[in-house]
Amino acid sequence: MARAVVNVPAKVKRGEIIEVKTLIQHVMETGFRRTQLGEVIPRDIIRQFVCTYNGAEIFRAELHPAVSANPLLAFSTVATESGTIAFTWTGDKGFSVTESAKITVV
Amino acid sequence: MSVRRGGWPLPALAMACVLLGTGWGVPAAQIPAGERRSGYEFMSRETRAMQDDDATNPGMLWVLDGETLWNRKEGAAARACADCHGDARGSMKGVAARHPAWDAATGRPVNLEQRINACRSGRQQAAPLAYESRDLLALTAYVARQSRGMPVDIVIDSRAKPFLDAGRSAFTRRQGQLNLACTQCHDGHWGEKLAGIAIPQAHPTGYPIYRLEWQSLGSLQRRLRNCMIGMRAEPYAYGAPEFVDLELYLMWRARGMALEAPAVRP
Repeated sequence: MARAVVNVPAKVKRGEIIEVKTLIQHVMETGFRRTQLGEVIPRDIIRQFVCTYNGAEIFRAELHPAVSANPLLAFSTVATESGTIAFTWTGDKGFSVTESAKITVV
Repeated sequence: MSVRRGGWPLPALAMACVLLGTGWGVPAAQIPAGERRSGYEFMSRETRAMQDDDATNPGMLWVLDGETLWNRKEGAAARACADCHGDARGSMKGVAARHPAWDAATGRPVNLEQRINACRSGRQQAAPLAYESRDLLALTAYVARQSRGMPVDIVIDSRAKPFLDAGRSAFTRRQGQLNLACTQCHDGHWGEKLAGIAIPQAHPTGYPIYRLEWQSLGSLQRRLRNCMIGMRAEPYAYGAPEFVDLELYLMWRARGMALEAPAVRP
């Protein structure tokens, strides 16, 4: 199970622009490298990242072989209401990790 | 550039002669205490920001793994690190700042990785972890994290003196096909560029580091191997006493500087 670190400010004012930061443990093997014996190392990357805010999608990213290992994704959104921000990373070899964070809007 | 078959390209040969005539040939003096700089200060603003925030520092993924391992029962003794040492946040504070430290059992200084493995085989009766394995890096990062911000505190007594001297002589000895010594770059030419990259002063204050080039966390010995390969010298094996002596010298050379583990480096 890969580790994920998500960072969302816990308590914010309504209408405030907040920065959401996510970091996930993944090798992001490109599929272009070979072993010393010449065998291709199969591709193993995260293909997609989706972030939802109380169920509504607010951010989506497609990841490709050139993205670094342990990808860091940061983006901003507007704090509209209290609730849950959920994150899902899916990828090759059945990779799927879900993480969530609570946010309180006052 | 024209290249003659079997020989050096003329401009390179001329360059080598120039280098030998301008300071690269003479041993450099040690850096005065007031001019010592962590590798952090040679980094870009973006890479610094990445290290400063635990939410973006990829080294923290290993620290979190290390915390799990710290509390997991291991080996025939079925004991966890936490069973003897308790909460690492208290018991491991300052430990990384004191390593490499004297080990009575082996009669020589040992680094943090070797100390963890000695504990594993001695107290937990488990197989030692391989150098650069994920678990050893995670445990080392977790232990080193507890000393963040503390000054490097290497005390050299009469027992450790010969090992420090061996490390110093490794640092100042010319080696490899390029016939370079560590001191020539890191004492004599720090702050200048080598292949477009800033030459740091070689203070090991952030290990284990997340190196962007590696796309992973790595130990000081992995970094030292990189430097040796760059000098076209044959690197020592992981855990070799020569490496530990050099680590001891480098940490002693950085005494008083603040630890940053796990640091991010380009």
